[in-house]
Amino acid sequence: MENEEVVVIDAKDMNYRELNEKIHEVLNKNPRVKKIILKNVLGQRYIGNGIRKKDLTIEIYGVPGGDLGMFMSGPTIIVYGNTEHAPGNTMDDGKIIIHGSGGDVTGHSMRGGKIFVRDDVGYRSGIHMKEYKDKFPVLVIGGRAKDFLGEYMAGGMILVLNIDREGRDLGKIRGRMIGTGIHGGSIYIRGEVDEYQLGVAADIKEFTEEDREKIKGYIEEFCNYFNLNERVKEKLINSKYTKIAPVSKRPFGKLYTPDLR
Amino acid sequence: MIPSAVPPKFKVEIDREKCMLCGRCVEECSWGVYRKERDRIVIYSNRCGACQRCVVMCPRNAITVRENTTCWRSHPLWTAEVREDIINQSKTGRVLLSATGNAMDYPIYFDRIVLDACQVTNPPIDPLREPMELRTYIGKKPKKLEFEFVEEEVDGKKIKKAKLKTKIAPNLKLETPIMIAHMSYGALSLNAHLAMAKAVKECGTYMGSGEGGLHRALYPYADHIITQVASGRFGVDVDYLNRGAAIEIKIGQGAKPGIGGHLPGEKVTAEVSMTRMIPEGTDAISPAPHHDIYSIEDLAQLVRSLKEATRWKKPVFVKIAAVHNVAAIANGIATSDADAVVIDGFRGGTGAAPKVFRDHVGIPLEMAIAAVDERLREEGVRNEISIIASGGIRSSADVFKAIALGADAVYIGTAALIALGCRVCGRCYTGQCAWGIATQKPELVERLDVEEGARRVANLIKAWTLELKELLGAAGINAIESLRGNRDRLRGVGLNEVELKALGIKHAGF
Ligand code: SF4
Ligand code: SF4
Repeated sequence: MENEEVVVIDAKDMNYRELNEKIHEVLNKNPRVKKIILKNVLGQRYIGNGIRKKDLTIEIYGVPGGDLGMFMSGPTIIVYGNTEHAPGNTMDDGKIIIHGSGGDVTGHSMRGGKIFVRDDVGYRSGIHMKEYKDKFPVLVIGGRAKDFLGEYMAGGMILVLNIDREGRDLGKIRGRMIGTGIHGGSIYIRGEVDEYQLGVAADIKEFTEEDREKIKGYIEEFCNYFNLNERVKEKLINSKYTKIAPVSKRPFGKLYTPDLR
Repeated sequence: MIPSAVPPKFKVEIDREKCMLCGRCVEECSWGVYRKERDRIVIYSNRCGACQRCVVMCPRNAITVRENTTCWRSHPLWTAEVREDIINQSKTGRVLLSATGNAMDYPIYFDRIVLDACQVTNPPIDPLREPMELRTYIGKKPKKLEFEFVEEEVDGKKIKKAKLKTKIAPNLKLETPIMIAHMSYGALSLNAHLAMAKAVKECGTYMGSGEGGLHRALYPYADHIITQVASGRFGVDVDYLNRGAAIEIKIGQGAKPGIGGHLPGEKVTAEVSMTRMIPEGTDAISPAPHHDIYSIEDLAQLVRSLKEATRWKKPVFVKIAAVHNVAAIANGIATSDADAVVIDGFRGGTGAAPKVFRDHVGIPLEMAIAAVDERLREEGVRNEISIIASGGIRSSADVFKAIALGADAVYIGTAALIALGCRVCGRCYTGQCAWGIATQKPELVERLDVEEGARRVANLIKAWTLELKELLGAAGINAIESLRGNRDRLRGVGLNEVELKALGIKHAGF
């Protein structure tokens, strides 16, 4: 495996520690590696955890376990399958592209980088995403999200496209408690969202042309990764979105009274 | 006068005979108690929290602060405090915020436990002249050691050498079983953090970073810092995790079990925002749970994830508040690959906690240590995990008792702050700390001299270490290892049978 640009690892019957150790072995011994292909992945956790190499792509065939790409800072992970809970947990930089669905808390505490999910995500996805200066996390969901999307969100962007694999509309979204506790960043959902679907501290703001410009690039990227045609792309770009943003960046500023006399 | 709904708690007096109108008190008081008016210092006693800054700084010793004697009609149930709280809350409709630790009159079990010493049958040891081992290793210990014997040639002779086959998990090496607890940068000033970091480095021990990330000025001390990962994940990235000596997952805190934390936006200055990696001026909110942990299995997942991120080179601790089921929870943690469990008792300090939590939630540390140690032994996993006790440790005697009850080491928080100048005035959450400890205001922060602060904290740790050695010597023990969980060296005084059972100790006289 030395000096190869592409390395294939068969993960069949491998324990997660063994698999991750193998990946690190490749990275240590072979600085030239550009792509690691993992075959027969079945529930192994922490793939890509803490890896910093920017020009690395990890291709996963199968279903990786929880905390995929946690603390990751640079690489691109492409999953041909669904993922378990918390892909992109506390991720710093890089990309995760999921050709399937993401589990609960997809993008938990993400601080940078991008996650593209072709289908749906579970509960509390994008929870506590936060931005700082040039670090701006983005979570793009092709299908739908369960309740509590963007809870405690402190920065970055969540974009819900609300389409199926072929690009057909899924109808009005059903999630509730959207953006509850949000105090930074914004959530864009294609289509109508009712007030009652929002959580505390979240507010529906006017979707402006400026907003459209902001999301356009991510829509194009999404269509590109998942092979959606021009017609779908145009439709997505020109659709009506609901923008959800914080009422204030101090949601709990008025909660306390000092025990001073 | 700023109107106050209730009488001021303290009364500030200036001896006008002594006062030379230098105006120092006006400058020093960050709470605005004093104002200079031509030939007079005007006093607003209602703003005073008895932090004593002015008292100490007045060049003429002219200031006295005492409890205000304006009395309320006494009532055993409707105490002054109860009435004041109701007046306050009926005015504001808000949650009462407080600082320091539990201020209710619950028994302090440490003060109901006495220590043993040797007389005649077994000689005491003089630690000033004889070796006394306080070195403590925090982390997993193997159940048994396995060796392999390899033949080697030494000077032409073949000899068999024993080599350790068992893989030893990474441990933290402490020269004294006293560490400094996690208090975040943001809640505390950079100077406070720096002073403590210097002190622990000098004493061969460790401090916690708290959940606010690690300021770059602390990087030189990072090998003596345990980095914390809390539910807000502030300042957490791979570099942060790899920089410290160990990692601690904060599940709960003794001062406010079951709830998260909010660092108010006004404390999120440019530097704090950089260290926490969030925009300036936003509230830094730590959710009540880690939303990637809803079970012991999920906790194990985070523990292992942190180990993966550091290639299994750093010990990972899990901190929980001492609550009713602490023993069962700690046992669960022991199965999660964690290397130490931190038990934070209900007297644990805080810079900001709802008063109702501070005063009413959680259980005494003493009982929690005993229960956890007992359970881990029963389950045969005590070697798998170290126990760190924290929350209201005030003296070397408390340290000694905590270890005899079953802890490996302790964290001190408030005690270290008092060494830095804190007067436990309980108003840390205002960000106005006149001693430069719990504040981000540059003019206040610079009041805390880093070098002197470091010396004081180091002195405190050294003094307690010396006392621990003396106490051990008197008990005829020459290594702290032999004290751990050695409850036979403790006796209760004035405790009932249930309390004795919970603590696993005998009453004096038995
Ligand atoms: S510091 Fe002391 S002497 Fe100076 S003005 Fe205040 S009370 Fe008077
Ligand atoms: S740190 Fe400062 S504000 Fe907090 S209790 Fe101590 S002296 Fe008072």
